[in-house]
Formats: sequence, structure tokens, C-alpha cells
Amino acid sequence: MSNGVASLSSQPAPAVSISNLRKSFGALEVLKGISLKAHEGDVISILGASGSGKSTMLRCINMLEVPDSGDVTINGETIKLKHGRKGMLPADQRQVDRIRSRVAMVFQSFNLWSHMTILENVIEAPVHVQKRPKAECVAEAEELLAKVGIADKRNQYPSHLSGGQQQRAAIARALAMHPKVMLFDEPTSALDPELVGEVLRVMRSLAEEGRTMLVVTHEMGFARDVSNRVVFLHKGIVEEEGPPAEVFAAPKSERFQQFISSHR
Amino acid sequence: MQQLSYFELVGFGPNGWGWALLMATGMTIAVATCGFLAGSVVGTFVAWGKIGGHAPVRWLADGYTTVLRGIPDLLVIYLFYFGGSAALGAIGSLFGAEGFIGVPAFVTGALAIGIVSGAYQAEVFRGAYQVVSRGELEAARAVGMHRWLMFRRIIAPQVLRYAIPGLGNTWQLVLKESALISVTGLVELLRQSQVAAGSTRRPFDFYITAAILYLLITWVSTYLFQRAETHSMRGMRRAS
Amino acid sequence: MDFAFMQEAFLRLIAGVPLTLNLAFTSIAFGAVLAMLLALMRMSNIKAFDWPARAYVFVFRGTPLLVQIFLIYYGLGQFRPALQELGLWGFFREPYWCAVLALTLNTAAYGSEIIRGGLQSVPYNQVEAARACGMSGFLLFRRIIFPIAVRQALPAYGSEIILMVKATSLASVITMMEVTGLAAKMISQTFRAVEVFVVAGLIYLVLNFAITRIIMAIEWWLSPHLRRPPAVEPRLEAAHV
Repeated sequence: MSNGVASLSSQPAPAVSISNLRKSFGALEVLKGISLKAHEGDVISILGASGSGKSTMLRCINMLEVPDSGDVTINGETIKLKHGRKGMLPADQRQVDRIRSRVAMVFQSFNLWSHMTILENVIEAPVHVQKRPKAECVAEAEELLAKVGIADKRNQYPSHLSGGQQQRAAIARALAMHPKVMLFDEPTSALDPELVGEVLRVMRSLAEEGRTMLVVTHEMGFARDVSNRVVFLHKGIVEEEGPPAEVFAAPKSERFQQFISSHR
Repeated sequence: MQQLSYFELVGFGPNGWGWALLMATGMTIAVATCGFLAGSVVGTFVAWGKIGGHAPVRWLADGYTTVLRGIPDLLVIYLFYFGGSAALGAIGSLFGAEGFIGVPAFVTGALAIGIVSGAYQAEVFRGAYQVVSRGELEAARAVGMHRWLMFRRIIAPQVLRYAIPGLGNTWQLVLKESALISVTGLVELLRQSQVAAGSTRRPFDFYITAAILYLLITWVSTYLFQRAETHSMRGMRRAS
Repeated sequence: MDFAFMQEAFLRLIAGVPLTLNLAFTSIAFGAVLAMLLALMRMSNIKAFDWPARAYVFVFRGTPLLVQIFLIYYGLGQFRPALQELGLWGFFREPYWCAVLALTLNTAAYGSEIIRGGLQSVPYNQVEAARACGMSGFLLFRRIIFPIAVRQALPAYGSEIILMVKATSLASVITMMEVTGLAAKMISQTFRAVEVFVVAGLIYLVLNFAITRIIMAIEWWLSPHLRRPPAVEPRLEAAHV
């Protein structure tokens, strides 16, 4: 398993660093000052009850939600924000687009583009956002689809695939952008139980390749066995954090203890 | 000769066309209303044919709505205007009358509008009928209501309630369609504007006035239909 | 029914079909561009764009097309010297161009509402996925929002095209000899309204039927994702995860 040891010696900028992130929706404060660092090769599982702010935190990293205050830094580059009429806005859309093309996201509801085939979904961003040659992207996309086990579906449309297959296609779409960081927003929550395994297997193989991943999940098995760090959010703050072996064996927080026992 | 200002031209002074335009607006509303009501009668029967008719009746009703919604309204107006006159002429010649007998343009217009809007209203009624709950109809049958009573007491009030938005749209259509009746010489709003434009050589001023008056009628009737809709939906649970 | 007469009527009226279709498709083409612009103005969230577009739609949907045609063809004649000075009189003198202009302005108002509906029906998660990939602005619109919106709006736009074919009949009132113009002329010459009506009506029904079929074909072609999946292709490679 990869870990943070190598990166500690050379001290490069962390892949993702968020500091003191705050976000409110109306009167409801969802994030109350969250800080987190992910070094290259880290696989961080973010746990928490629904409403704890874990998805919001993830969505702040690629600016799908814009934080009210705090910094998001990707590979040493801090995303510039400015004050808009309704709260904060990204100051430079080009910067946001550039960063988003290096931070791939996998959604709970897959969000494949319904009007494109699976292959077209995978090559869309590499060709049109990253402006890479199409032939190269197609060849690579076919490899990726084979890797996630749906090479035979490349010319079908998302609506023809099962949920598990769609999510694997969405992972291939994310990989096609050569992301520095991958964000997973409850990738298995919308799946029937019998389809969860195939998606988790793909994610485990990505972790073994040493990819940097932030995973919001309810899958305790994944958090325990695959990730090298676990972060537990409660009511918008980090309640517990550490390597899975430690936090699962001896949780410091009572809330986390309750959470584990209810999610067995 | 000094040119009249726009407001003198369309106003109610000695040289103004105000009264004429007002009367013509009334005529537009009258012919549209008559046409709309005729269309309601036609639409009810056609919808009935579509819902409850046997196969040939249903085909006939479907054919009617397809054809009338597919051909230009102007063509239907020509058919009624010229065709009606020809028919009357034929009847007239039986009684020894000679030559061309004109059908009153108001009747032609209202009938043509009725026939066309009947096709649209049939679809509105059919759609509304499908929303009426089957359970309520069964309940009516269970208490021993016969067909006519059930239609009058249960079906018609409910269909009407659901049909109001659709009828509002059809009314707007009918109102605009009534401008086409001007080709038959009926002095409604557009025809009156043509006459005034011709005699004053100020076409823009009169057509823009006509446009404003049409907008005004549209606006007021939209408001009235909305009122009717809120009124009819009282006691209905609001979908939230 | 006098079939010899109806045959003669058919031959005379069919000559008007090219002009009917010409008027319809020219104005639909120009109107679609204007409709797109209006829809974007409505959805811009900027009052200075939104309100003029709202007013436009209200005015053109709330007044009869015939009034719009008269206003352009006869009404603008009142400003002939000014239009001559601007070099526009050549345009407004021609009934063809006045008809095309009125039909264009009219269909743009209806079309903009259809397009707006299509744009609003684009699922938000599809847009979000594109944003997460770094798409924004025109690229996002061109690659994701527009293609999905077009597929949603096509059936309603198809009905609008049929309505436009019917609406071209009003051009006959300003001397355009399309199908209805020729029919009116023939009726007034022969007083055989029923026969001419039947022939003209049949021509319109056939046109509408053909257009409906073409639109259905386009819909079918554009929406493979709503059809049954193709037979599964041979598996190239076993999954290795």
C-alpha cells in the first residue's frame, strides 16, 4: 500500500490542502472550519452521518460549492475567490476550469451524459477541455474501459447499462483526464447491494496503483482495508482523524464510536 | 391641411376614430365569444365521440381533430364564406331568387371559428376528462345516477375545472383567429383599422392601435382565466 | 364531386407548394436563431436582457399574426421616405420579405418559449458533471447543454413547424400566391368552394404528414439512448479487475 512516507522526506506541496473551510446554506452552517491535507498517494475515507457536511466538503474542493471562507489549494495552487452579490465566487473561471480538469470527480448518481455513448463520455473532456488528439484519447479510453471491465459496452448509451456498469464508466471518464486527485462522492450509495462489489473492486485497484483519492463513503470495509487515513466529520467539524487501524481500534470520540457500532 | 396628431386620430374627437375602433373591438369580442361557445359545443361532442364512441365514431372524431388542426384557418373561413353563399344561392334559386346571396359575415365567422376551435377544445376536454378520478364516477354509478345526471352533476363540473387552463389557451387562439374574419368584410377590429388606414393614409398608426387593443383584450382575459382557475381550484389540495 | 374539376384544382394549387414551403422554412430558420437569442436573454438572469425578451414574447404572442403582417407591409409604408433614405424600402416594398419578416418575428416568440423549456429541462447533474471536468461557458453550452436541450425541445418544435406551415397561408392576404392564395383565387373565380377546399386541405395534410414523419425520423436518429440497446458486441477482453 502506498503511504505518505515518501512524500514526507521530499516535502512537496500536498496534492490537496484545505484550511479552515466554512460554508453555510442560508442560516444552516454546514462546514464550521475544516482543515485537511492529502499527500500524493493518500487514500482518505471521509465518514460521517448524513448532514455532517462530508459531501459539501468534497464539493468545495473542486468549487462545485464555493466556500464562504477558507482556502482550497491543489498542488500548491490556491483557488482565488472574490466577493459576489450572493456570497463568494471564483475570481478566475479559467483557473477553476484548469484545476477541475486535474481533479476528477465521481458522483453518487454517476451523471454520465445521456446523449453520448460510453466511449464518447470518456473522451469528451480529454478532447474538448484538455485539447488532446482524439485518436490518442480513443485508444486510451478503450484501455480504461477494458480496465474497469466494460470494454464491450463502449458504443452503448448510459441508459442501457446497469448502475454498477455506469459507475465504472464514470470512473473511466474520471481516469481519462489523468487526474492528480480523484474525488468520490458516495460512489456506491445509489447502487443495488449486489452491484456495490464491482465498483469497490475497481476503486481498490486504483488505490493500489497509488492514486490520490478522497472518498466520501458509508462502506466501512473500504475505509478500514483500503484507505490509509480516515476522517470522521460530525456537524461540520473533524471529530476524529487518523490511520484506520488506530481509529477503528481505539476511537477517541464517543460519536465516532457510536457511528462505527451502528454501521457494522 | 394640417396633420392630426396620433391621439386626435384615434381619440374620440370630431376627426377621431375612437368610437369606431371601440365598436369594432366590441365586435371582435362578440364574434370571438360566439365562435368560442360554438366551439365548446362542437368540442364537447367530439370529445364524447373520442372517449365513449364505438370505433367508427372514434375514427370520425379523431379524423376531425386531425384535419381541422392541420389545415389553415383561413381556408376554413373561405370555405364557410364562399361555400355558405353558394349553398344559400342554390337554395335561393329553388325559390326563384337570382344570383349571389351573401351569408351574414358574423355567422360565417362565428361558425368557422367554432368548427376550428372545436377541434382544439375537444382535445382539452378529453385531457381533462382523463384526470377525473375513476373512483368518483363509480361512486356516482353506485348511488344510482343515470348517464345524463352523472354527466351534468359529476363529469361536467370536474372536466370544466381541469379544462380551464387549456380553454384559456384556446380562447387566446380564437381571439387572434377572429382577425382573419376581416377577409370576409365583417367590421371587427382589424377590418375597421384597414378602413381607417385607407381613408386617412396613416396605416401604421391604426395597425399599431389595433395591436395594442388586441394585447389589452389578451391581457384582461388572461387575468380572468387565472381568476377562474384559482376560484375553481378552491377546495383542491395544492400539490407542493 | 366533379373529379375532373378537382384534378384541375390540384394541378393549379400544387404550384403554390414551393412558395408555401419556402416561406415556412425561411422564416423557421431565421426564427430559430432569434428564438435562441431570446431564450438566452430570458435565462440570463440579467434584467436588462430578461425584460425586453419577456415583452417581445408577450407582444408577439398576444397579437394576431395578420395584424403583424399588416403592420409591417402596409404600416411601415407610412414611413416610406425615411425607409428610402435608409435604403430599406426595397426590402419593405416586397410582400415576400414582409411576410418572411412577420413570420420570423412571430415564430421566434413561440420558439423561444420552447427552447427555454428545453434548456430548463436539462438535468442539473449532467451540467455538474461537465463542470467537474473543467467545462464552462460556451464549451459547456455547446457540448452538453445544447445537445440535450435540442432533444428535449424537438417534439414541441415539430408542432411549431406545422403551425408555421399553416401560418404561411396568411401571406396570401398580401398577394403571395401560395397554396391558400391560389385556392382563394380559384374559389372566387369558380364559386366551387367545397371542391377547392378539399383539394387545398389535402395538400396541407400531406405536407404536414410528411413534415411530421421527417421530424420523427430526426428524433429517432438523435435519441439512440432512448432506444433498445444494440446486440451486445463480442467481448474483446476479459475484465481484469
